[in-house]
Amino acid sequence: MTLETSRFESPTDVEGAVALLAAEGGAKVLSGGTDLLVQMRLGAGAPQVFVDVKRIPRLMAVRLGSEGLTIGASVPAAEIFENESIRSLWPGVAEATDLIGSTQVQGRATWSGNLCNASPAADSVPALMACGAVAVIAGPSGERRVSVDAFIKGPGKTVLRRGELVVEFEIPAPPPRSADAYLRLIPRTEMDIAVVGAGVQVELDDGGAIASARVVLGAVAPTALFVEAAASALIGSRLEDAALDAAAAASRAAATPIDDRRGTIAYRKKIAGVLTTRAAKIAFERAQAR
Amino acid sequence: MAKLRVETTINGEETEFLCSGQDSLLDVLRGPLAMTGTKEGCTTGDCGACSIVLDGRLVPSCLVLAAEAEGRVVETIEGVADGQKLTAVQQQFLEHGALQCGICTPGFIIAAEKLLEKNPDPTEEEARYYLAGNLCRCTGYDKIIRAVLDAAAVRREERA
Amino acid sequence: MSADTNEGQERKFKRIGTRPIRHDGLDKVTGRARFGADYALPGMLHGVMVRSPYAHARILSIDISQAEKVPGVRAVVTRDDFPDVPIGWIPAGSTGVDLGANARTVMAREKVLFHGHAFAAVAATTELAAREAGKLIKVEWEVLTPVLSLEQALAKDAPILHEGQETKGDHPTPEGDSNIANQVCFEGGDIAAGFEEADVIVEGHFETPMVHQGYIEPHACLANVREDGTCEVWCPTQGAFGVKGEVASIAGIEPSLVKVTPTEIGGGFGGKIPVYIEPVAVVLSRKAARPVKITMSREEVFRGSGPTSGSRMWARIGAKSDGTFVAVETKFDFEAGAFRGSPVGAACMTVFSPYNCENFRIFGRDIVLNKPRVAAYRAPGAPIGAFAAESLIDELAMKLDRNPIDLRIQNAVAEGDRAKYGPRFGTIGFKEVLEATRSHPHYKAELGPNQGRGVAAGFWFNAGMQSSATVSVNDDGSAVVRTGNPDIGGSRASMALMCAEELGVDVARVRPLVGDTDSVGYCDPTGGSRVTYATGMAVIEATRQVVDHLRARAATIWDIELDAVEWQDGNAVAINGSAEKGSMSLEDIARKMRLTGGPIVSSASVNPPAAGPGFGVHVCDLEVDPETGVSKVIRYTVVQDAGKAIHPTYVEGQYQGGAAQGIGWALNEEYLWDAEGKVENAGFLDYRIPVASDLPMIDTVIVEVANPLHPYGVRGVGETPIVPPLGAVANAMRHATGIRFHRLPMSPPRVLDALDSDGASS
Ligand SMILES: Cc1cc2nc3c(=O)[nH]c(=O)nc-3n(C[C@H](O)[C@H](O)[C@H](O)COP(=O)(O)OP(=O)(O)OC[C@H]3O[C@@H](n4cnc5c(N)ncnc54)[C@H](O)[C@@H]3O)c2cc1C
Ligand code: FES
Ligand code: FES
Repeated sequence: MTLETSRFESPTDVEGAVALLAAEGGAKVLSGGTDLLVQMRLGAGAPQVFVDVKRIPRLMAVRLGSEGLTIGASVPAAEIFENESIRSLWPGVAEATDLIGSTQVQGRATWSGNLCNASPAADSVPALMACGAVAVIAGPSGERRVSVDAFIKGPGKTVLRRGELVVEFEIPAPPPRSADAYLRLIPRTEMDIAVVGAGVQVELDDGGAIASARVVLGAVAPTALFVEAAASALIGSRLEDAALDAAAAASRAAATPIDDRRGTIAYRKKIAGVLTTRAAKIAFERAQAR
Repeated sequence: MAKLRVETTINGEETEFLCSGQDSLLDVLRGPLAMTGTKEGCTTGDCGACSIVLDGRLVPSCLVLAAEAEGRVVETIEGVADGQKLTAVQQQFLEHGALQCGICTPGFIIAAEKLLEKNPDPTEEEARYYLAGNLCRCTGYDKIIRAVLDAAAVRREERA
Repeated sequence: MSADTNEGQERKFKRIGTRPIRHDGLDKVTGRARFGADYALPGMLHGVMVRSPYAHARILSIDISQAEKVPGVRAVVTRDDFPDVPIGWIPAGSTGVDLGANARTVMAREKVLFHGHAFAAVAATTELAAREAGKLIKVEWEVLTPVLSLEQALAKDAPILHEGQETKGDHPTPEGDSNIANQVCFEGGDIAAGFEEADVIVEGHFETPMVHQGYIEPHACLANVREDGTCEVWCPTQGAFGVKGEVASIAGIEPSLVKVTPTEIGGGFGGKIPVYIEPVAVVLSRKAARPVKITMSREEVFRGSGPTSGSRMWARIGAKSDGTFVAVETKFDFEAGAFRGSPVGAACMTVFSPYNCENFRIFGRDIVLNKPRVAAYRAPGAPIGAFAAESLIDELAMKLDRNPIDLRIQNAVAEGDRAKYGPRFGTIGFKEVLEATRSHPHYKAELGPNQGRGVAAGFWFNAGMQSSATVSVNDDGSAVVRTGNPDIGGSRASMALMCAEELGVDVARVRPLVGDTDSVGYCDPTGGSRVTYATGMAVIEATRQVVDHLRARAATIWDIELDAVEWQDGNAVAINGSAEKGSMSLEDIARKMRLTGGPIVSSASVNPPAAGPGFGVHVCDLEVDPETGVSKVIRYTVVQDAGKAIHPTYVEGQYQGGAAQGIGWALNEEYLWDAEGKVENAGFLDYRIPVASDLPMIDTVIVEVANPLHPYGVRGVGETPIVPPLGAVANAMRHATGIRFHRLPMSPPRVLDALDSDGASS
């Protein structure tokens, strides 16, 4: 009997990474490692091969243009939050990113890890969904683009097929007079996994009423959830109490959370409503200021 | 399985070590390299005791694979003091008694140095949030935060 | 030392009360200080504990043959490699420790009694090999129904953890085998008449969860058994002599063969008094003939090392309409975990002792169940009892429309009053502390919306016990002070300060050392808030002997009588008829030591039977978000009697650290269990100790009412600060929300639930 330890590979281009992932069923992409290594420590077993993708320039690149943002999949959260343009264009996404773990964890954690880990409580996912973000996937048969909302199939399950990895994200430039916000609830002020998360994006019409809206909840269902009814309740309003109440009620109704060590069903449902209204107010104020 | 040979720079010195594919950088620092100033409180990213700086970023070394350090620049608590001179952060930790047992101290000092580099004049709240990933069970954080804020003032004076 | 040597009140100190930089500080801010896991030896093996997947099961057989075949494995040990120490065996002259229970906590014998209970261990050349081998150990289990709550433990047909365990205690006890290990009762006056006489009665049922000490450094140990059977152990412990004794008994080695070196210790709070891995590392090392190091993972720390009890309590207070307490009563049930020994006794002793009340009945039960065995946690038991008592006093104050501090002052004990557990208090500072709190600006500050202010008090006995110290003078006039008490919070600096005060030298000229069990006299553990008090006494005594030697040397040099030499601030001064000789500095005398009689070294040992109790009062301002139930402490003040603060910085540090732990306990900390008795949150992400952004600055006021039992007036300060916070936070929550919470933690879901149901469910 021999005790196998993992192999470590660090390809420098996407093709190299794809080849490794396609060749070895037991290979795993290593971005920041803040999920992968933790799971390994807690008994999940080490992968046969670690494929460290951080030496692939495309996965670490940030490009901001009039179309929007194209950002490498393995750019760490800290770098994203430090980017003033990202903070000002997508403040909700930036907030969500800044909420992931501690300063130390943010030095490592990435959007792609947050997304591919497919935890219902991932903070960046609802915020990215609210902004219509798209994941660019590379694989043995070329590249495909999958919107973040269609990416996760269930807890721990994604659309990724063998040999595929996320190489970058695209976020369309925010329409004028639109803005986003993200809030989450945790028992402490830091270092906790979301009990509930809520991402809201609103766009105002010329009269200052909400013309379109997206409301996304995290940690209240197997995957992050678009709440169409909450969005509809906001549309046409200027966040009058009735609209907010209706949106909150819609979020409470849409939430189908579980009881676990981080919160109860009843609590999560209530909080889904509270955070929906609070995040909506912040997004609305931001949109008004633009 | 054959071990990996990694070349890296630690506290300004070119260093070589052997590791397995799944060893963490923390394992290698504390084991083969005998740099035990970086502490281990959890190995799961929750406590901050293992904080180091990797290519300029504050990271938990328990969640970095040793092999990732190839060609990178690593800074640890052992390299914080400038020769025989303590930094303002170290000195203020001593002056304020910002440590009781001291196990969290290296992690706090590394993190606080980084905070002050990025934000030379943090508010109390900014310091508390920046350092929220560094757990301390002994002090209640009061003296730690005071030490960091005073170190910021000392640094600003030195640089003025 | 007796009261007549006490100078706490009059003496003008030169160094005591100053704030020098601690001597070990430099090594701790540069990463040089070596903690438990930082030790290594050439050829060292990695040991791992193998832990139970069941909370309650009988071990029918263990087969280690497959594990032994794993490449790199050098030793596998189980119960068969340890002597069978009988349960209930308490060696003569010990402090009442049940070594049989301790041996079984370290390595399961007949049964595993909690999920994560170690039943085997492996040493191998790599940790990976040791872990793999652990998985190959085959156990034939008879899985038993686990007892996971006090209700289940007390049920008529409850599975019994320890066959043959009868309830101890002098009150009517249940017949036959029972999960009730012990009952305690303190009674006085006429409880029925007392409540009869009361104009108001407040009562309540309270519940607190099992919580962990949460030290940041996991347990670690390096052991090396040599060819001649001698054995060296390095570990972060609160008491090296205790480790030595327990290693000897549990591993089956002559105590004289064991040497324990305490490493720097990364927090303990009581949890690093017991041994968990030390005897195992020794047995592995003996079997493998190699040094063995074991370090616990954080998960193992949560599953396998000592929390403090969860509790269910009922209490009531009867008072006259003028506020005078006329009757108090409690029934406390405390979870002991796998073996007897919850701190329910201390909870009963402390709960109403701060208040005068002639009629009382204080009853408590120590109950075993299939959870980790509890260990000491800072003022063990007292915070739990005080949560009930101080919550009720707050209720009473509201009912009587009284200021809660005034009401406490009215009933507070003072010198000469009797504690509920018997003795009379000596000089204590409870009223002084209450008054200082009442006049503190915090107590008068305005509160905003959704904010509330809570006040609570608490006390701890503090311990004396055995300590030794040795002081030696170097030929340059500097000194070394050596004790056996690991420095968890700055005690080296305090020892040096006391030595420097007596010698009359700068504290930087005194080097404080913590020795191993071969190089210092016996010291009981760093715990019980006893080090500055008792070990400090030994240091003062030893230094005074050194000073006598120094005077004698000066007398020799001057050729005058010893009586004609006085020691004044670092100098021998000739007095009376010899005044013309002038003075001679410590340095001068030291330089001539070799000519005047040789080295100067003195040792002293103490065993004070009592210490001076410490009283504290905390004020907490809490803000609650009524829509989410999330609360935040926005202002916090600790007022406590230190007797005499030797190094005020570290006294404040104790106040702040204890308050922070108590705040965590009140708001978010708790073990969560699955249906099989497995801890679900065995890590710092979900076991939520306060982080820096959770807390405000914690203001402190050091009150000094000198303790006549100590030459400088010192009282221990380490434990009292965790006694009041549970009550202070709960009372603040009451005033912020209008809801009285009887159950901890007051986590956001519970708070919101109570708010939404108008307090009905709290
Ligand atoms: C202390 C601590 C606190 C945390 N707090 C939070 C929090 O508040 N909120 C939160 O949402 N999360 C939190 N997390 C979880 C974690 O940090 C995040 O999910 C993070 O975004 C993961 O990113 P990563 O790059 O580290 O992922 P990794 O661990 O590198 O990867 C996670 C998974 O995704 C796969 N993967 C990674 N990159 C790619 C890619 N490009 N293509 C395909 N697959 C890929 C990996 O193979 C792995 O299966 C916390 C973690 C820790 C340790
Ligand atoms: S050891 Fe790395 S964060 Fe705790
Ligand atoms: S000083 Fe002990 S954990 Fe911070």
